[in-house]
Amino acid sequence: MTAMLQVDDLRQEFRIGGSMLDRMRFTDGRLRFPDRRVQAVNGVSFAIERGEVLALVGESGCGKSTVAKTIARIYRPSGGSIRIDGEDISRHGVREMLPVRAKMQMIFQDPFASLNPRQRVRDIVAEPLLEQTKGRAARREVADKTLALLARVGLNTEHAGRYPHQFSGGQRQRIGIARALSVNPGLIIADEPVSALDVSIQAQILNLMMDLRDEFGLAYLFISHDLAVVHHIADRIGVMYLGFLVETAPRDRLFSAPRHPYTRALLSAAPSIEKTRPREEIELSGEVPSALDLPSGCCFRTRCPLAFERCKVERPTLRDTGGGQQVACHLVDEPERDIQ
Amino acid sequence: MSATFLSSEFFHNYKRNLSAIAGSAILLAFTVIVLAGPLFVAQNPYDVAQLDLLDSYKPPVWLEGGDARFLLGTDGQGRGVLAGILYGTRVSVMIGVSAMVMSCLVGTTLGLLAGFYGGRLDAAIMRIADIQLSFPSMLIALFLMSAFGTGIDKVLIALTAVGWVVYARTVRGSTLSEVQKEYVQAARVAGLRDGKIIRRHVLPNVLTPLIVVATVQVGSFILIEASLSFLGVGVPITEPSLGLLIKNGFDVLFSGLWWTSVFPGLFIMALVFGINLFGDFLRDELNPRLK
Amino acid sequence: MANDMTVADALLSVEDLRTWFHTFSGTVKAVNGVSFSLKPGEIMGLVGESGGGKSVVGFSILGLIDPPGRIEGGRILFNGEDLVTAGEPRLRQIRGRDIAMVFQDPMTSLNPLRTVGEQMDEMLRLHTELDARARRERCIRMLEDVGISRAAERLASYPHQFSGGMRQRVVIAIAMLAEPKLVIADEPTTALDVTIQAQILKLMRHQIREHGASMVLVTHDLAVVSEMADHITVLYCGKVVERGPTDDVIRRPAHPYTRGLIDSIPNPEHRTARLSQIPGAVPDIRKLPKGCTFRERCPRAAAICAQSEPALTLAGERAFACHFPLQEGEIR
Repeated sequence: MTAMLQVDDLRQEFRIGGSMLDRMRFTDGRLRFPDRRVQAVNGVSFAIERGEVLALVGESGCGKSTVAKTIARIYRPSGGSIRIDGEDISRHGVREMLPVRAKMQMIFQDPFASLNPRQRVRDIVAEPLLEQTKGRAARREVADKTLALLARVGLNTEHAGRYPHQFSGGQRQRIGIARALSVNPGLIIADEPVSALDVSIQAQILNLMMDLRDEFGLAYLFISHDLAVVHHIADRIGVMYLGFLVETAPRDRLFSAPRHPYTRALLSAAPSIEKTRPREEIELSGEVPSALDLPSGCCFRTRCPLAFERCKVERPTLRDTGGGQQVACHLVDEPERDIQ
Repeated sequence: MSATFLSSEFFHNYKRNLSAIAGSAILLAFTVIVLAGPLFVAQNPYDVAQLDLLDSYKPPVWLEGGDARFLLGTDGQGRGVLAGILYGTRVSVMIGVSAMVMSCLVGTTLGLLAGFYGGRLDAAIMRIADIQLSFPSMLIALFLMSAFGTGIDKVLIALTAVGWVVYARTVRGSTLSEVQKEYVQAARVAGLRDGKIIRRHVLPNVLTPLIVVATVQVGSFILIEASLSFLGVGVPITEPSLGLLIKNGFDVLFSGLWWTSVFPGLFIMALVFGINLFGDFLRDELNPRLK
Repeated sequence: MANDMTVADALLSVEDLRTWFHTFSGTVKAVNGVSFSLKPGEIMGLVGESGGGKSVVGFSILGLIDPPGRIEGGRILFNGEDLVTAGEPRLRQIRGRDIAMVFQDPMTSLNPLRTVGEQMDEMLRLHTELDARARRERCIRMLEDVGISRAAERLASYPHQFSGGMRQRVVIAIAMLAEPKLVIADEPTTALDVTIQAQILKLMRHQIREHGASMVLVTHDLAVVSEMADHITVLYCGKVVERGPTDDVIRRPAHPYTRGLIDSIPNPEHRTARLSQIPGAVPDIRKLPKGCTFRERCPRAAAICAQSEPALTLAGERAFACHFPLQEGEIR
């Protein structure tokens, strides 16, 4: 059976530098318009099975949101393939994407910016479904379904005629979830869906998402920077750094036996109210280098306390270390260099 | 609906803002003039049959030699100055408002396209706008009018050619920031095509700042049209606007027959003043940054 | 008083502080009777969700409440002096020298048009008698202390030439320059990534301890507070609902709201299929329910909670405002 989502060697680069006037340079007696390119995603591959939750974690600028938005085809990928149900959508136009949109929907981060302030809630929720349905007869059904969805995500259906600003952050996120559910997708891409919410509301939304997953057999691609949240919701976790996937593993294995130094540093840096947990202290110095100017060899070596000569010259690739874990680190080959 | 408006913050601030009240009172008065002006005067100044050369250059009614039929005096053809103003205001306001609507349509469309698609289209539109802005708008209007010849339609085209820029720039700016927002991305994920995204999602969210621009622009268009007509390249003599009335009176201004051009001038001043007062209030109220 | 001590012992003592905002749509009682006190050298965590009023407390201490906001009542005793009645000239003296601040977004506290060196120097000129050379040396040493390498060169840099984490280091350096007795830090690491957050928190703790200063740490993040603070004050709808030594409060919360907050954080050590959640949302602060403000979301609420608002009950070092406080070991 084909995977719900199969991503192979996904690449995304963005041009920056503004308009032609901003980029204009006069070099070697010729007028040039050089543009600088940011490598936001550098060859990421993974798959999500039906009903599975894969989380991508990493710090800001690691490319996790770009991966999500490229898969949702808000952006056109600059390389690699994206298969939804076996169909490669990486080159699809708006028209060809329409049937795919019924299989894949998205939940956004910002409960305020992700809803059009001038649309009524019922119109917001019905929008993806209306694009899929043709003809007037279906209107009635769409309206009924919209109300049912609002009720399902825990909103008062009498408020369907209201505007987004009349709702709290948590309620708006529920509206966004109802919108994503309207076309009965098999995959929902959730880009930091709870990071803008207060912790008590965050728990409500996470619970709702888990319930919906069981009820509708949803698969999630869940983007987050919060390891505790990811541990709660994900079956499998991928860790990203500077546009590379540096480690993937089943949830429990990643938390109990992280291999990549960056994963270990993330786990040790996360503050926790449990002081009992014995912690491996991997402390990172410095900050993430610019994606405009990637380091040679391993992308993490400039901050890695364990980096050695080989890391400078050779870029490590993901390799299997058993138990469903894959790590992109030279320490896998040379474990004697690791601190144990 | 009306109850919620009366208890809204907007109305509350309006009530406490004297210049806003004065501005809207002036605007209301001019609305009445535009809609019902001819009812206030017996004479139709453009019906030659109703003119009598014997009535020419009568002073306003409170001066010696004044005639009760002509409150603000008459011009050389025996046309009542007040009657001329009431009819002329219609022409002025009609031109100001129509040119504003046309500029808004053209400018908003170009601004939306530039902001939404970016790249070369954006660069092209905005460079034209920059060039346009580097010439005084009067100069451009004058040039176009002398190229096209006079006529209300020509005035409208000239004013639109001058006025679209401000909308294009405002709309492009707001569009750039709206397009970044996740609801536009959500519309893409919902499967909407560009045209629908622009119409349904971007457009309604970039309109608010235009209200202020549009209000103030009506005032400046009325002034530009008056200047064009004063210079003789504006509206035709058969449909005189306030500007043309000033021009007609200007020839005899220094012969002591001041009323023929001073009264239309005062009316233009009051009209533009009212528009600007109200525009300032709207700007303060609708600008989220000042809140 | 708060932690069983007299006002004289306390560096900062906030008593029944009420800061209200008079907006068109009603009076927002953002802070409505908040009391706590802070000993020299202590770190106090002020936690709560958005709308709890925690940031407004911080701004009130600094005297930075602008209209339509107003401090309606209460006292803020700093070294025995009431800051509420002190007046702006006196507050200007105190701000920066005795009480320093660190905000969430470093760009709001740094002037983008002036170099870091100029901004640090100004601080010293205002609040110390040092000559130009001594000031420069002090600035360089301070930047090195907060972990900025090539400090002498970096003095000539503008804020935008630093990354987010480095900028927050600069802000901390400026805050500590005049050896303040109290630092108010409002969500200092919320905008930062977790590995950078760890660095900054460590730095702040170190700086506070080294200079013998106290800190009020305003944050929504219980985990951050539990790693940083000696004492914790939990706010809900502008009121203190619970207060006490951090470990004690986190391990044995007495107020159902504190319990709910702790339980809604997913815990990798004990994963459960569902998170326990606080139902509903924070009520509109202009239309607070009568009685206990938390009762509509509270699993323990009874008839009395709707009638009378629970007063802050003192029990040793702890305090809580609840008619039915949780007993030790009790789960909900």
